[in-house]
Amino acid sequence: MSSADLTQTQQTPRPAFGILARIRRQVPASVGFGILWLAAMVLIAILADWLRPYGITAMDLTSRLSPPGTPGHWLGTDELGRDVLSRLIQSIRVSLVIAFGATIISAVFGTTLGFLAAQFRGTVEHLVLVLADFQAALPFLIMSLAVLAFFGSSMMLLVCLMGFYGWERYARIARGLAISAGAQGYAASVVQLGANPARVYFRHILPNVASTLIVSMTLTFPEIILMESGLSFLGLGVQPPESSLGNMVGFGREYLTSAPWIMLAPAAVIMVTTLSISLVGDWLRDKLDPTIR
Amino acid sequence: MVQFVLTRLLRAVITIAAVVTFAFVVLRMSGDPAQVMLGPDVPQESVDAFRRAWGLDQPLWVQYFAYLKSILTGDFGVSMRDKAPAIQLVLERVPATLQLTLPALFLKLLIGIPAGVYAALHRQSVTDRGVILASIIGFTIPSFVLGLLLVLIFSVTFGVLPSGGQDTWMHGILPTLTLSIGGIGILARFSRSAMIEVMGQPFIRTASAKGLKWREVVWGHALPNAAIPIVTIVGFMVGSLIAGAVVVESIFSWPGIGRLLVVSVTNRDLAVVQCILLIIAAAMVISNLVVDLLYGWLDPRLRAHVAH
Amino acid sequence: MIPLIEARGLVRIYEIRKGPFSRPQPVRAVDDLSLSVMPGETVGIVGESGSGKSTLGRMLLGIDRAQAGEVIFDGRQMPPLHSQQWRALRAKMQLVYQDPLAALDRRLTISAQIGEPLDIHGIGSKEERKERVRELMGAVGLRPDQAGRYPHELSGGQRQRAVIARALAARPSLLICDEPVSALDVSIQAQVVNMLRDLQEQNGIAMVFISHDLKVVRNIADRVAVMYLGKIVEEGSSDTIFQFPRHPYTKALVSSVPVPGKRLQGRVILQGEPPNPAARPSGCAFHPRCPLATDICRTRTPELRRIETGRTAACHLLANDLAVAA
Repeated sequence: MSSADLTQTQQTPRPAFGILARIRRQVPASVGFGILWLAAMVLIAILADWLRPYGITAMDLTSRLSPPGTPGHWLGTDELGRDVLSRLIQSIRVSLVIAFGATIISAVFGTTLGFLAAQFRGTVEHLVLVLADFQAALPFLIMSLAVLAFFGSSMMLLVCLMGFYGWERYARIARGLAISAGAQGYAASVVQLGANPARVYFRHILPNVASTLIVSMTLTFPEIILMESGLSFLGLGVQPPESSLGNMVGFGREYLTSAPWIMLAPAAVIMVTTLSISLVGDWLRDKLDPTIR
Repeated sequence: MVQFVLTRLLRAVITIAAVVTFAFVVLRMSGDPAQVMLGPDVPQESVDAFRRAWGLDQPLWVQYFAYLKSILTGDFGVSMRDKAPAIQLVLERVPATLQLTLPALFLKLLIGIPAGVYAALHRQSVTDRGVILASIIGFTIPSFVLGLLLVLIFSVTFGVLPSGGQDTWMHGILPTLTLSIGGIGILARFSRSAMIEVMGQPFIRTASAKGLKWREVVWGHALPNAAIPIVTIVGFMVGSLIAGAVVVESIFSWPGIGRLLVVSVTNRDLAVVQCILLIIAAAMVISNLVVDLLYGWLDPRLRAHVAH
Repeated sequence: MIPLIEARGLVRIYEIRKGPFSRPQPVRAVDDLSLSVMPGETVGIVGESGSGKSTLGRMLLGIDRAQAGEVIFDGRQMPPLHSQQWRALRAKMQLVYQDPLAALDRRLTISAQIGEPLDIHGIGSKEERKERVRELMGAVGLRPDQAGRYPHELSGGQRQRAVIARALAARPSLLICDEPVSALDVSIQAQVVNMLRDLQEQNGIAMVFISHDLKVVRNIADRVAVMYLGKIVEEGSSDTIFQFPRHPYTKALVSSVPVPGKRLQGRVILQGEPPNPAARPSGCAFHPRCPLATDICRTRTPELRRIETGRTAACHLLANDLAVAA
């Protein structure tokens, strides 16, 4: 077949030497920093129990409000003499676990609703769109405030509530892509082969939309971290004795004049983490999103 | 065009109805307000009396319809704590919130959009880099951190600006800045990319090629086209402005509805929270409606589509 | 002989709304249409865009619901869309698409996709499926080393070969090809059409070949139906239709095909607007463009009736044997 020969030349395998050099060439320094920082954060979250020098409620009343650099308390202590570094490590764990859990819940929930809307159209679709409109009509922080205050704050509820953050984004994307795939594309052709909906959605549509969904997750993740820390800052998120980054900033605010380090350390962690995710997310977006490519 | 407006209005009404229902469901079913208000050690008779007084002994759907009826008549209930009508308490606080949010919105628009457009027209310049840096700050620094940093710098270290209260115009500077800095960066970044995208379009090249002055190309062709995505993002900003006000008012002890919300939520003051929720939802829906209509007015394609 | 698939009085009306509050307007895409296909036979459907030929193809497959009329396949009524029986029936009837790139999943290798009908319908063991895929790739002219390729790594012609292989995997008895070559380069069109014809003959598959390209249809079809605004206006054996078209519309279509060495003189050029299914003319739908239209054409819709053995047409003039000589 004459037409068959044209593409053969495209498949010459690339030499696989110098992986490190290739990484350095393909990953900008800022993204590299972002990846390292995020890896460190994940490690800290996993190994928090081993890394913490003190318990998070262990008070050392002899050295209250010690400044950073004090031997034994490298990031200082707070008003009760609790070690800021230990509390910071635990807070990183709590904030990351909440944000990670919530991102997953939000992605699964939103994608499922989007697929349901695309599959059944009609009433289901209208219902999903009204829900999405509703979500857009009320700033999420306001809605969360109402829900948290009236159900009382618990870790479980907080994760579930944060899991509602940004679901409408996934729902819109999943619905749009599934409808366009089903209208005349590969999904319609697989239906035409006799596949049942489960096969169409899980084997065909999901892998095709995965990269776009992952890109949305890199947008949602830092926003959820900010949302959780905002709520905790207002005293309505993570409750003491447990600690998160936002709630450390919230309590540290009382000692802004006398001991700013209590608040500055978690604030810096929040900023660098969200910055890293944005940098890595932007980079991933360029790599993964076929619509930009 | 009439149809377009009607469709949008209908959606706005549905959304408001959804928020009303949400407020009722969450706030009524989540806990027993009698227990919360009266405390745990109160005899059963007073709890019952409290419930009767607030209609809490009725079945839920009766409460729901009573609630709908009262909202339609402008009655948002009485604050359980202050014993004053909720709507009155909330409206008293609205001017203070507007004193922060309106200047912040103007700052965002007046600095953000021109800076973004200028940056797009002068790529790689100092302004361009500044816009990118500011947008990164806007995306990554939460407003409560920014607010505290500003206090740390201007109130604690230099002592030039007050850190809380609402006594003079000086007191408004830090909260307004906190509320607007991030948004300015985001809006500038967005205007910049919208403008860059438009400037790359073939019709811009055509306009330059047919001999229009650069100024005419930018004002006559590029800006009107870049306006459409910019208006969309401004619509979204109203929501973040309100959410931001909650945090900023809390930091700076500013007596607006945001602080009232946090206090009422902590006290579980049902009527006030509901009232604020509905007012914020109404503000959001109205601003979305305005954006939608602006959109229809700005985009001739939409206009033509609607006319047919 | 019993037809493999038979459509009786099919009607498909789409409702088009201009806005959320305006009254929906009916568009008759397929209008009281009957057609039957014998086992192993190739029927060509020709017509301009908007004539409803693609809708007809989808209705034959049961993808588009018929609002009136019925489709009988293999002696049984078409089961409702997306039902268990409908899905099972996909093994017996398959579709070849106009755009092979859109019809293929870009995240799966072509061998995985060619074998997919076998997975779906549970045909054969794992080894047998592998063997069948290899055999199919050979049959459509794809090299074994292309098995691991992704759709975007293949040329347009190769993709269409993969789509055809996939359609044939479960050994269907009916293949519906909707403009299968119109997206391909002209040089590759003939290859693919010839391959389709060979495969159809070897496997005894019945085929409905939908195309606006008369040359291609003439090359492959045993019988041809000409559609105009949702109705068949003439039907007959491929040779007679192309050599001696009778309906004025068929005449115009046939004479629009350039013939080497012939001048443009004597060709019937179609006048007026191309057909718009949303604004269907009264009487014979073709009358505004028909050079021979008379009063009766404007008021009464002509029936499709037999004009010769094995040939039908819907034209008042033919019924009265007036326009035959024209």
